[in-house]
Amino acid sequence: MTEMETMAWFHACSVEDVPSNGGVCVKYGEEQIALYHFTRRNEWYATQNECPHRRQMALSRGMIGSQNDVPKVACPFHKKTFSLVTGECLNDDECSIRTYPVKIEGGHVFIGVEGIV
Amino acid sequence: MRVVVVGNGMVGYKFCEKLVAKNTHGQFELTVFGEESRPAYDRVHLSEFFSGKSAEDLSMASADWYFSNNIQLHLGDPVQKIDRDRKTVYSHKGLEVHYDYLVLATGSSAFVPPIPGVEKNGVFIYRTIEDLELMKAWAGRAKKGTVIGGGLLGLEAAKALLDLGIADTSVIEFAPRLMPRQVDELGSQLLQSKLEALGLTIYTAKNTSAILGEEAITGLSFADGSILESDMLVISAGIKPRDELAKAAGLLTGPRGGIVVNDLLQTSDPDIYAIGECALHNEMIYGLVAPGYEMAEVVVGQLTDSEKAFTGFDMSTKLKLIGVDVASFGNPFINDGETRTIVFNDGINGVYKRVNISADGKQLLGGILVGDAEQYNMLLQTCKNKIVLPPNPEDIILGARGGESQEAGVLSLPDDAYICSCESVTKGAICKAVEDGEETVDAIKKCTKAGTGCGGCLPMIKDLVNHTLKAQGKYIRNVICEHFHYSRQELYDLVKLHELKSYEDVLNKLGTGDGCELCKPSVASILASLWNEMILKKGNDTAQDSNDRFLANIQKGGTYSVVPRIPGGEITPDKLIVIGQVAKKYHLYTKITGGQRIDLFGAHLSDLPLIWEELIEAGFESGHAYGKALRTVKSCVGSTWCRFGLHDSVSFAIRVEERYRGLRAPHKIKSAVSGCIRECAEAQSKDFGIIATEKGWNLYVCGNGGSKPQHALLLATDLDEETCIRFIDRFLMFYIKTADPLTRTATWLNKMEGGIDYLRNVVVNDSLGIAAKLEEEMQLLVDSYKCEWKEAIENPEIRKRFNHFVNAPEEKDPSIAFEEMREQKRAKEWK
Repeated sequence: MTEMETMAWFHACSVEDVPSNGGVCVKYGEEQIALYHFTRRNEWYATQNECPHRRQMALSRGMIGSQNDVPKVACPFHKKTFSLVTGECLNDDECSIRTYPVKIEGGHVFIGVEGIV
Repeated sequence: MRVVVVGNGMVGYKFCEKLVAKNTHGQFELTVFGEESRPAYDRVHLSEFFSGKSAEDLSMASADWYFSNNIQLHLGDPVQKIDRDRKTVYSHKGLEVHYDYLVLATGSSAFVPPIPGVEKNGVFIYRTIEDLELMKAWAGRAKKGTVIGGGLLGLEAAKALLDLGIADTSVIEFAPRLMPRQVDELGSQLLQSKLEALGLTIYTAKNTSAILGEEAITGLSFADGSILESDMLVISAGIKPRDELAKAAGLLTGPRGGIVVNDLLQTSDPDIYAIGECALHNEMIYGLVAPGYEMAEVVVGQLTDSEKAFTGFDMSTKLKLIGVDVASFGNPFINDGETRTIVFNDGINGVYKRVNISADGKQLLGGILVGDAEQYNMLLQTCKNKIVLPPNPEDIILGARGGESQEAGVLSLPDDAYICSCESVTKGAICKAVEDGEETVDAIKKCTKAGTGCGGCLPMIKDLVNHTLKAQGKYIRNVICEHFHYSRQELYDLVKLHELKSYEDVLNKLGTGDGCELCKPSVASILASLWNEMILKKGNDTAQDSNDRFLANIQKGGTYSVVPRIPGGEITPDKLIVIGQVAKKYHLYTKITGGQRIDLFGAHLSDLPLIWEELIEAGFESGHAYGKALRTVKSCVGSTWCRFGLHDSVSFAIRVEERYRGLRAPHKIKSAVSGCIRECAEAQSKDFGIIATEKGWNLYVCGNGGSKPQHALLLATDLDEETCIRFIDRFLMFYIKTADPLTRTATWLNKMEGGIDYLRNVVVNDSLGIAAKLEEEMQLLVDSYKCEWKEAIENPEIRKRFNHFVNAPEEKDPSIAFEEMREQKRAKEWK
């Protein structure tokens, strides 16, 4: 519960700004956050936009999908895949990505970040 | 029957897991006491705590697991006393629990050598998550780190310091070399130089005499009089079995620690067992996980139905230390004059391999691998199972040069060979599981647990699954992925039959789950090949691979390259000027491609529609350089200028390119037309190539350049233009309908039974009676061609996706950076 209390939610975009079963990149101060609408599962996810493998700002342009029912994103550069839930790398475990909570209110998408900007 | 387990580490947990599996009638009541506050976690991968894994990630099982399996778990509550007469344990918090059998899995603690000053602040041991949290808290102010201990754990601790951001880290080893128990002198030297290249400073044969500093550590002094400055120290010099509880209960312990057990793992009290690192079996403490698991298995067997005994365990190990593979197996050091040793020492690539072979050259006795441990599993099995070596035993480390592959190796193993040493699963058990219907590696992992430990045996498991299936005469279907249990050809036919037009429809009708990066582009390609609709409509945009999704090739740094179509490589001066102007306006790097066109690199995502607006205005079209589609039809200048030319190769190339432009296929397609036998357009290296003859055109098919170059083969000779095009129609459609995903025409032909003769029969002689249909299908695609970039810029819904930030469409990605090179720009090198 303490996690929820310190969470700040910022407005990312409208629901219709995000393509079905795909991602967009959201600017949050100096950070880049990849936001995905997994329409098929009726789920939203957010992760860092940078792929840790070659440090490319690209995950929002990756294909999303599932592996044994775990939702994942594949980096367009070298197809490293990451769990959208835990951020762990599903190909080799040496890197992982940060994930963020997402909530939808009144057709708008909000991403949860710790603390206030 | 009540079983009490003292200790909740990896081995204690494994014991619970194995006993629960046998506890089908609820005959056992299980109580576990753990000293730490967390349920058992993966200590082997402890250093990953610093590279981003959380304590939960490392957990073996959640507290819920214990609860739902009726295990009483008492954490943060060590057992303090055993009353053997009353068969009762007493915990720190005052619990009294009676036992019928007691299992001691108390593990070990770090051995701290008696060096003056070990109590100072900034001195740590490396054992538990708590230790790691303390290290993390201190590391912020530390600049120079030191690790005492150059063994396996010490090097793990050194990695932890590097991960904590302490780049200046030293390792102190008392012995003359690193990892003295596992690796020999030469291997150790190589390991040391590899680790030094990674930034570690290593001192061997160094005896620490004192830890310096007032309250906190400032440095170390050594017996040789030298001093090393340091503000953080991790001691990782070995382990000490936790036998104090057993000793106090009057159980027999070894002079240098450890609870003495017999082959059944009973202590001197037959109702009390000891397993894992606290157990002293045959004067040996096993400090690895695999033998601990084996001990857990043996004790579970004792309590249930099996008479299995523990007869020692192979201490072969393979690990990755700070990114360097190190393995040793069997007897790595043997050197008795009789044994023959083969050493491969490659100082350039940093690979050291040593194998010890019996005097008769027939058996592998042991060995060491540093820098490349890929052959570890095979060598270990060869050694353990006493498999007779090949006549040139050096092949086993140097690789079979032109001989048998590793697959043959797996097959040659006997059924009782352990494939997975972590979970003790034999080859026979895996093959049996496959025969029982577990036909994928994932299913094998679930059913046998093989491959769930270190994972090093997974390639062997995969080979075994495939070979067992083949041996059963089963057709190994090349299915697309876990979401579609069809081959590409089957899927193509089904999509056509059901007239499906979007990825979602295909997945709903023919697949399961949510799709992935394998099936999405494959299905999107099938849809494009069948219906030739704009690939970004009907929700298919997010099913496209990145290049197709943005109709451009993503390059280093996240910018894109743009390739307008230049059919046959022919271009007017005016169009050349436009390309130059566009490149200047949008600051693009320009280069001539191998396919006679011009590539413009370094375009920002949001500039792509603007660039294409200008190119299309000047009469250009998409070149589909981003798609698995027809790329270029290259040409030589031909009879219009060339004194040798027989026909007008440029005009024919343009006709062919314009006919098949935009055609999507399982992989990219390249073509060329040469005006005479001199073959300046290199048509015989293309998927289809055309060469002029005195009487017409020769058609070659299924060639490619790339990593495995292959010459195209002659399909038909002396064709007129119309016939040549009809044959190409048939050939391409047949390829599109039947090839596996991402298979070039050359590979497709190589796999085709009957090869080029069969293909010629289908295409030229219409042996399948499908020629007219193939031509008709191709004509449909030709007639429905539209430039997809033109459609993209005219459609506001599609166009708005070409922005980097959804909430700041006017801004470009600030992380993109360029460098200058030869008066143009280049992408900044990635890390």
